[in-house]
Amino acid sequence: MREMETCGMNTARQIELVCPAGNLPSVKAAVDNGADAVYIGLNNKTNARYFSGLNFSDSSIEKAVQYIRDHGRKVFVAINTYPQEKNWPQWREAVDIGASLGVDALIIADIGVMDYAASRHPHIARHLSVQASATSLEALQFYHEQFGIRRAVLPRVLSLKQVERLAAKSPLELEVFGFGSLCIMAEGRCYLSSYVTGDSPNNCGACSPAHAVRWEESAHTLETRLNNVLIDRFRPDEPAGYPTLCKGRFQVEQHLFHALEEPVSLNALDMLPQLAGAGIAAIKIEGRQRAPAYIAKVARVWRQAIDRHARMGSSYAAQPDWHRTLAELAEGSQTTLGAYHRPWQ
Amino acid sequence: MKISLGPVLYFWDRKTLLDFYARALETPVDIIYLGEVVCSKRRTLSAADWIDLAADIARCGKQVVLSTLTLIEAESEIGYARNLVERFDGMIEANDYAVLNMARAQGRDICAGSSLNIYNSATLETLAQCGLKRWVPPLEMSGESLQAMLQNMARDSDRNRIETEVFSYGRLPLAHSARCFTARFLNRPKDQCEFRCADYQDGIPLFSQEQQGLFQINGIQTQSFAHCNLIPHWQLLRDAGVDIMRISVSSPGCLQQVTHLKSSMTGNAISIPLAEQDVCNGYWFGEPGMVSLPALQGNL
Repeated sequence: MREMETCGMNTARQIELVCPAGNLPSVKAAVDNGADAVYIGLNNKTNARYFSGLNFSDSSIEKAVQYIRDHGRKVFVAINTYPQEKNWPQWREAVDIGASLGVDALIIADIGVMDYAASRHPHIARHLSVQASATSLEALQFYHEQFGIRRAVLPRVLSLKQVERLAAKSPLELEVFGFGSLCIMAEGRCYLSSYVTGDSPNNCGACSPAHAVRWEESAHTLETRLNNVLIDRFRPDEPAGYPTLCKGRFQVEQHLFHALEEPVSLNALDMLPQLAGAGIAAIKIEGRQRAPAYIAKVARVWRQAIDRHARMGSSYAAQPDWHRTLAELAEGSQTTLGAYHRPWQ
Repeated sequence: MKISLGPVLYFWDRKTLLDFYARALETPVDIIYLGEVVCSKRRTLSAADWIDLAADIARCGKQVVLSTLTLIEAESEIGYARNLVERFDGMIEANDYAVLNMARAQGRDICAGSSLNIYNSATLETLAQCGLKRWVPPLEMSGESLQAMLQNMARDSDRNRIETEVFSYGRLPLAHSARCFTARFLNRPKDQCEFRCADYQDGIPLFSQEQQGLFQINGIQTQSFAHCNLIPHWQLLRDAGVDIMRISVSSPGCLQQVTHLKSSMTGNAISIPLAEQDVCNGYWFGEPGMVSLPALQGNL
C-alpha cells in the first residue's frame, strides 16, 4: 500500500496524513489505507464530534490505540471543546486518559485544559485544535510560548498565500485541512448552532445536533428543519443536505439563495505541492462522524497523492479519478478549494 | 454595575460616527469601546483618529477602551493592531489571542473580548497572569455557568479582581468568516467590494423561507436577527456577579437603552417597548440564543 520512496524531494520530511476515526472499524480503515496518524475522541462532550454511537469509551479507546500502535502509526486524542465550570473535571480526566495511554499528542482548544496538560503531563505533545482559531504568527507564538504547543491546526479561513507566509515563520509545526466538510466561519468562534439549538461545537461538541434535526416530506417537497427553523426546502429531484445553518437556503431582500455557503466540501488535492513546499507538516482529513468506507476511500486517495508527490515533486498532478472519488463523497457532490483560493472569499 | 457601549460593528461614515459619539457623551454610559472590530478594510477613522477620539472622550470623564479586530489574517492587520497597542496606553480589548499577546508584551491593561472563549475559571486564572483586568464571557454562556465560574474565582482572595462584562443588548455577533457575505449578496468579489456595506447601516436581514428573521449580514460577520436584551433582567446579572453590562451599538435607539438601563438601576424605570419577535435572551437562561423568555420567568 505505502510507496515511501524518496527521490529528489527537497522538503526535509514527507507531509503526514492525519485521518479521523469515530469507531474501531474506522480506525482500521484509516490505518489500512495509509494514514500516518489517526485522531480519535472519547464518547462525551470533550470532543467536537459528540454524536450518539460515535467515539470511544475508556475501554474501547485502548483497542483503537493498540491497533494504531501495532501498525507503527501515530495516535492523537482530540479534547477540543470548551469545558464549562461544572464539567471541568471531565476534561481533566480526558487529558489524564490520553496521557495514561501514552498517545502521541492531545489536540486541545481550551486554555485551561492546555495549561493543565502542560503542567501535569508535560511529556505528552500538545497540538492546538482548529477550534482555537489561531490565524496569525502572533497567535501561534502565544500558544507556543505559553503552553509549549508543538503543532497547530490552521482554520479554514486562510488563503494559500497566508498559509505559506505563516509556515515560513511559524515557531511550531502546522497542520492544514485537506478534505471534508467545510466550516466557512472561523472555527471555535461560531455560535450559529447554539443560537438556534442551544448546542454548539464549543459547548457541546456538536454543530446542528441530531436531536434538533427534522426531515419533513410532503408530496412535492422535502423540508429540513433545525429546532423548527426551516433551513431548506428541496424538490424531489434535488439532493437534500443535512441542515447546517451556514449551508441553508435563505431569503435576503428579494433573493432566495445559499446566502452563506452552498453544500460543498473542501478538497485541497490540487494544492498539495504548494502545501508541501511551504513546509506544512500534516494534512488533516475531516470527518470522525463518517462511515469506515468513506474514511478508507479518502485515506487511500490522499495516501496515493502524497506518495506520488514525494516521488514526482514538481511534476505532480492530482489524478482525475482521485477527484472523482472525492467528489462522490463530498457534500452535494461538490468540492471547493475554499479560502485557500482567494476568489472564494 | 457600570454600563458600557460596545464598538460600532457596522460601517458608518465619519460624520455618523462622530455625531454618534457626541450624543453618547450625553448619556450616563460609563465606558466606551472604540475601534474597528469587524473588517480591516473599513478605515473611516485612522488609528491616529481613534486615539485622538479616545482622548477627547476620556476628557469628558468616560473610560475609553480601544477594541481590535476579531479575525486577524493578514500581516497588515497585525501591523495595524500593533500600532494601536503601542500608541494607546489605555485598556485594549483583545478579540484575538494575537492582540492579547501584543498587549501583554506591552504591559497594557487587557479586556478579553467574548471571542477569546473563556469558558471556565481555569482559563480565566491562567489568563490573569497575562495582565487581564476585564473579560467578556462567550455570548453563549448561561448565567448559571457564569455564576458558578465567578464563585470559584472569588475563593481565590489573593488575586486581583477581574471585572466581568456581559453582552446585554444588541444583535449578537455570532460568527466571523474569511468570506464577506455582504459582497456575496451583492455578487461582488471581496477584493472589489466598493465598501457597499456602508449602504447598510444596520446590516442586511436574512430570513428563512417562512419569513422568520434569523441573522443579520454585516460583512464578514453574521449577527443574530433579534436583539439580545438582558436589560429587564439586570438584577439577575448583578446577583451573578456581573460588573458591567454592555450595550452593543445598533441604530437607532441603542443610546436610549443606555438611559433606560441606568434609570432601571436607579429605580426610575421607563419602559422602551421592543417588538416581541425581535428580542432574544435565551443564552443567559441556558436556552437556544434565539429564544425569548419573559421578564421574571427565568431564575438562576
